[in-house]
Amino acid sequence: MELFTNQILAGISTGAIYACMALAVVMIYQAIDHLNFAQGEMAMFSTFISWQMMQWGVPYWLAFVLTLIFSFIAGIAIERVLFKPLAKAPILTNVAGFIALYSIINSCAGLIWDFTIKQYPTPFGSAPFLGSQLISTHQAGMIGITLLMLLGLFFFFQYTRMGLAMRAAAAMPESARLVGINTSWMIALGWGMAAAIGSVAGMMIAPVVFLEPNMMLGVLIYGFAAAVLGGLTSPFGAVVGGFLVGIFENLVGTYIPGVGNELKLPIALALIITVLVIKPAGLFGRPIVKRV
Amino acid sequence: MSAAIEDVVTEAPAVEAVPKRAMTLGSGTSLVVVLLLLVVPLLVKNFIIFQMTMLLIYGLAVLALNILTGGSGQFSLGQSAFYAIGAYTSAILMEHFDVNYALTLPIAGVLCFGAGFLFGQPALRLSGVYLALATFALATAMPQLLKLGYFEKWTGGVQGLVVTKPDAPFGLPMSQDMWLYYFTLVVTIAIYVFSVNLLRSRSGRAFMAIRDNEIAASAMGVDVALYKTLAFGVSAGITGVAGGLGAITVQFVAPDSYTITLAISLFLGMVVGGVGWLPGSIIGSAFIIFVPNIAEGISKGLSGAVFGVLLFLVIYLVPHGARQFAMVAHNLIGKVRRN
Repeated sequence: MELFTNQILAGISTGAIYACMALAVVMIYQAIDHLNFAQGEMAMFSTFISWQMMQWGVPYWLAFVLTLIFSFIAGIAIERVLFKPLAKAPILTNVAGFIALYSIINSCAGLIWDFTIKQYPTPFGSAPFLGSQLISTHQAGMIGITLLMLLGLFFFFQYTRMGLAMRAAAAMPESARLVGINTSWMIALGWGMAAAIGSVAGMMIAPVVFLEPNMMLGVLIYGFAAAVLGGLTSPFGAVVGGFLVGIFENLVGTYIPGVGNELKLPIALALIITVLVIKPAGLFGRPIVKRV
Repeated sequence: MSAAIEDVVTEAPAVEAVPKRAMTLGSGTSLVVVLLLLVVPLLVKNFIIFQMTMLLIYGLAVLALNILTGGSGQFSLGQSAFYAIGAYTSAILMEHFDVNYALTLPIAGVLCFGAGFLFGQPALRLSGVYLALATFALATAMPQLLKLGYFEKWTGGVQGLVVTKPDAPFGLPMSQDMWLYYFTLVVTIAIYVFSVNLLRSRSGRAFMAIRDNEIAASAMGVDVALYKTLAFGVSAGITGVAGGLGAITVQFVAPDSYTITLAISLFLGMVVGGVGWLPGSIIGSAFIIFVPNIAEGISKGLSGAVFGVLLFLVIYLVPHGARQFAMVAHNLIGKVRRN
């Protein structure tokens, strides 16, 4: 029983990483209606920017805020420059564009900061949290920040005019335009917010997985999985999905014999697909009714 | 964010409707392409022949994805898994059972057809991003499964298997590479003709009806579940044959050659070639084989960035892929004829 609770706790602490990323994934999905494969790389690049600032002597929280602002602007810039011209192109062409963006950011980060692993500081310290060896104060802080972001997003979408406009633009672009919402800018705003949330995820994850250009690859896969599991339309679902994926992964690794580190990912994904086959819109997603 | 459950969406289908006439080339153009493919290898070095063989093989794999996505509107990031099954089937049959290389291909094809058909069953419930994630899971699982200790006796584990290259039969005076090229070319043409005919047939029309509007298709009496899984099976089968050919040509199979990167490459090949335009598959295949090399040639350190920029250029200039050239050319010819 002790082993079981320990594994659940360990799962929650890795799940916090996935939840962070999943939140960013859901954010962009709300705004542009598809998954952005370059999301992880954008977060990685932001994290490197903050690392660079800290190397230059900027204190942590100032670097944190500056990175948030940088990511927000960079996200909007990427949308305006690279993806706005593709707005009328087929969806699959857009997906190819994400892959191109992925390749560009990854390669540039590799050239600027090279591929060696770097230590990344944490503002929360890494002592055991409340006497538990499995969750450090950093991980507890990460969970706290994820929940804060979730709360913030909830209020933004539910109680502000801007949030309402964004939801309208994503759900029914044409009707939204008719009532005077600038849908094109709502998409850009979505990109900016997704980039900013992603950068928070990156800065929270970096102390755990260490900073290097490929650090987000695995995390993004789990983030996607978590977002899809929770339902792509629900930020709350994304966070729950993140924790569930973390717990799944740990339990599978502990209790199924012969499962090494390599098979953890396929089995976690297989479980998720099983869930999806039973509940196609994800655990908390809204089923979409189609009119013919 | 709980809102009303009834949320009516009338969105455009993910894959645009391509009329079946626009999916192929005219017979004159086809003849020129075939002649080119026949003659060029006689004039170039062995390494280039090898690359041309790979061009045809990836072309087949892209074609298979094109049938699935451009034909039936289903999206897959798991093609590398079927490619791997095909490659391993051929390699194991050749090395452990001494089966003739040509005979391993139909077996690989049938096996992958089965695998694809079975995978299509759970995939029926999923669409769009969810299907992408499911196929993605398949692609990430495959290399790990191939590395498993249980199968090591057959698959060679992490080290993989070395495959012997076949000689030209009947004492034909050509190098192994050249023979393999022509062998691949024959297989490719056969599969291409099969695919074109498939899409023109009743089944092909059913695929396209499902792609354009699933609900309307089922209202017209198309067995949606059957045809969707069938599309998966056919696509996987062709990919399997391509995988088998790939194993014979590269003379080596190893789990890490068939990662998600391969599946993403094939996807890019399809987009660059034009979704739903079968002849574009070969152009897309050329893109995924040669452009990374060109990028490497332009800048070693930034090869990824150069590749990304080139890819962006292509999708800006021709958002519909190579098909756009064909459409423009078609319109021009039409104008000239009218004058």
